[in-house]
Amino acid sequence: MKIGVFVCHCGTNIAQTVDVEEVAAAAGHLPKVKFAATYKYMCSAPGQALIVEAIKEKGLDRIVVSACSPNLHEKTFRKCLEDAGINPYLVEIANIREHCSWVHRDRSEATRKAIELVRLAVAKVSRDRPLEKTYVPIEKKVLVIGGGISGIQSAIDIAFAKYPVVIVEREPSIGGRMARFDKTFPTLDCAACILTPKMVTVSQSKYVTIHTYSEITEVSGHVGDFKVKIRKRARSVDPGKCTGCGACFAKCPVKVDSEFDMGLGKRTAIYVPFPQAVPNVPVIDRKNCLMFTRKACGACRKVCPFGAINYEMEDEIIEEKFGAIIVATGLTQFDHCVYGEYGYGKYKDVITGLHFERMANSSGPTCGKITRPSDGKDARDVVFIQCVGSRDEQKGLPYCSRLCCMYTAKHALLLKEHDKDAQAYVFYIDIRAAGKNYEEFVKKVQDEYGAVYLRGRVSRIFEKSGKLVVRGVDTLSGAQIEIEADLVVLATGLAAQDDAANLAQMLHIPYDRNNLFTEAHPKLAPVETITSGIFLTGACQSPKDIPDTVATASAASVKALGLLVQDKLEKEPLVAVVDAALCSGCAACMAACPFNAVEIKEIEAGKAKNKRRVAEIVEEVCTGCGNCTAVCRMSAVDLEGFTNRQIMEEIEAL
Amino acid sequence: MSDFEPKIAAFLCNWCSYAGADLAGTSRMEYPANVKIIRVPCSGRMNPLFVLKCLANGSDGVLISGCHIGDCHYSEGNYHARRRFAVLKRFLEYIGIDPRRFQMSWVSASEGDKWAELIDELVDEIKEAGPNRMGNDKYA
Repeated sequence: MKIGVFVCHCGTNIAQTVDVEEVAAAAGHLPKVKFAATYKYMCSAPGQALIVEAIKEKGLDRIVVSACSPNLHEKTFRKCLEDAGINPYLVEIANIREHCSWVHRDRSEATRKAIELVRLAVAKVSRDRPLEKTYVPIEKKVLVIGGGISGIQSAIDIAFAKYPVVIVEREPSIGGRMARFDKTFPTLDCAACILTPKMVTVSQSKYVTIHTYSEITEVSGHVGDFKVKIRKRARSVDPGKCTGCGACFAKCPVKVDSEFDMGLGKRTAIYVPFPQAVPNVPVIDRKNCLMFTRKACGACRKVCPFGAINYEMEDEIIEEKFGAIIVATGLTQFDHCVYGEYGYGKYKDVITGLHFERMANSSGPTCGKITRPSDGKDARDVVFIQCVGSRDEQKGLPYCSRLCCMYTAKHALLLKEHDKDAQAYVFYIDIRAAGKNYEEFVKKVQDEYGAVYLRGRVSRIFEKSGKLVVRGVDTLSGAQIEIEADLVVLATGLAAQDDAANLAQMLHIPYDRNNLFTEAHPKLAPVETITSGIFLTGACQSPKDIPDTVATASAASVKALGLLVQDKLEKEPLVAVVDAALCSGCAACMAACPFNAVEIKEIEAGKAKNKRRVAEIVEEVCTGCGNCTAVCRMSAVDLEGFTNRQIMEEIEAL
Repeated sequence: MSDFEPKIAAFLCNWCSYAGADLAGTSRMEYPANVKIIRVPCSGRMNPLFVLKCLANGSDGVLISGCHIGDCHYSEGNYHARRRFAVLKRFLEYIGIDPRRFQMSWVSASEGDKWAELIDELVDEIKEAGPNRMGNDKYA
C-alpha cells in the first residue's frame, strides 16, 4: 500500500495558524505513507494536477488530503482520483481548517492537532476499500410544496421544460401572501395584476397539477424516488361540476371574519377566498357551516344549478412519486400581541401592514379607503412603526425582516394617494432599502409624499378622547414626540409558519432556531438543502422580497430539472453490506433500519446445503446511516466508508 | 495538575454535529484544541465498543454528538443512539469510570456557537476529572 498525503495551505486560512510544512514532514513518517507534499490551494486545477501526477509517478494507491471540511471538496478529490485512474473511494480528508486552523490561535497547538488529525485520516484510508458507484432511476416529476409566488414560479419553469409538476397548497387557492397585497414596491404594480397571469399559466398548463386545500402528510424515499402522501381535504364542492358562478356564496347566511381580509371584512361559510382564486371553486368551512354544525340550512345545495355541492365528500389521501421536491412554504406575520408598548393587540386601531394592504386595496373590505377599524372614520394622521418583532433578541425575532422598510414607505405613499389630507409619520431605527430603485423610492416618499420620518422608537400607545396617543422619541433632534394618531400601523416582522418544524422533520431537512429552513451553504448553495433532491425557494429559507423570491424559485427549478434530465442518478456506494457467512439471521438490523432496507432471505450454505436465513441489504434504498452495523452482534453487517475496521483504526491512531 | 491537557475523542454525526462544528470554524469561534473529531454518518452508527476502546487506550474523555432528537437526518438513528448510550453510561458508572468521561450532545448544523461552548465546558470538566488512569497510555 502506498499512501500519499497532501497538505493544503488554503492561502493563509490554514498556513497562517498551522505549520503545513511540519505537518507534511510528520505525515511522511507515518506507516505506509510514501509521499507527502503541500500546496497553496489543493482544490485548484494545479493542486489537483499535483495529486494526479503524484499518483501516476509514485504509484500511490491511497490518498489523504488535509484541507477544509469534506463537505466542501470530498467530491472534488474523488474526481481527482478517478482522473488518475484509481478508485475514487480511496481518499480521506483530514479537516484541518474548520476543525483546526480556524478555531485555534496557538500555532504549536494547532500544528500538533493538525498532525494528529492527519494521522487519523491516514489510519482510516489504510482500511479503505475500492467501491463501485450504483445508479438509481429518477421519477421525472417534481413536487412543489406551497402555491405562493415562489411555488408558482418554480412550477412555471418546470412546466416550460415540459416536465410534470404537482403543486400542493393548503389554502383553498394558490396565490399566497402576494394575493393579499395592494401594490408592490418599488414599481407600484398592482399585485394581483402581475400575479394572476402567472396563476392562470399554471392552472392552464397541461404539465401542472394543482392540489389546493391539501397538505403533505408523509414523505419517504430519497432523491429520484420520493414517495409522498398528500391529504386532499374535502372541499364539499365537486370541482368537476362547479363553474364558479357564485350562486352558492350569494345565498349563504353565515358570516365569519375573513382570513384573507385579516378580519377586517366578512366571508360566508361556503366561500372563495378572493375573486381571482385559482381554482375558482368554493370551499365549505365545516367549522362554521350550519349543515355541519347543526344539520340545518343546505341553501347552497338547493341553489347550485350544477349539483356541485357534496356534503358527504371526504378527505382523500393520495400517494405519488417524485424525483425532486421544492419547498416553497413561505413565512407568516410575527404576532405583535406580545408587546405591551403597542397595546398587546387590544387596540382596534393598531393594525399590521397586511391589514393596511387590505384596506388600501380597492377590492378590499373598505373599498380602498384608509379608515379606523373602530368607528369607520377616515384615518388622517397615521403613525407607522418599523421593526415590530424584528431585530429583537428578547421578545421577538433576532433578524431583520428585510421588507418592512420598503412596505412601510409604500404604505405612506398609498396613504397620501388615497387621501391628500392624510399625514404619515414613520418611526424607524434604520432604513434598509438595498434593492434596485429602492433607495430612490424611499427618498421619493419622503420628498414628494410628505412622509415624516422620525428616527426613534415608540415607548407607549394609549387611547385619549378617541385618538391614539403615540409617545416616542426623535433621536436626531433629541426631542420626545407625542403624536395623536387616528391609526397606527405596525410593520410586523416575518416569522416562520407554525408547522415549519413539522414539515422540516417530515422532509428530514435541517432548520435553525428561528424555524427557517437551512440551506446547504449560505453563500454558495442558497437554494439547496443538505438532503439531495430537496430544494428551497422563497421566504421559507429567509425573508425575501418578490424579486429575490422569483429568482430563487427559478434557481430551485433549474436544480430540480438538472436531476430530471438525467437518465439515472449516481448513488454513493457508501451503503451497508452483510457477510452472510457471519450472519445469524437474528434480524436485529432489520428492526434498527429506519428505511426498510433490510430483507431476510433464505440461502443454502455449506456442503450439506443447509437452509439458513440471513439478512440482505437492499442497496437502492439503503442510505448509509449505519444503524444496522451498530446493532449487529455478529459483526456480520458493515458499513462501506465507515467500516468497523476503519473506525477502530482511527481510534488506535488518536 | 495545572498542566494536564486532556485527550478527548469526539464522534460527530455527518449531517448535524459535524456541520455544526464546521460552522464554528467558519465563524472563527475559538475553543480548546483537546478534541479530535471522528466523522460517522449517524450517531446511531456508534457502537459502545468504540467508546470503551477509546477509554481503554487512554482517552480522558469521549463525546458522541448527533442531531437534535426529532431531527435525525436518517429519521430515527439518534433515538437508537440515545437509548444505547444511556445503557453504556450506566455500565461505565458501574465499572467505576468517572461518568464525566463519556458524554452525549445534540448539536444541529446551525449551532456553531453551541459547539464551541460545549467543547469549552467539556474540556473544563475533564480537566477536573483528571487523567484517565484506567486505560493504558497508548495515546501518551
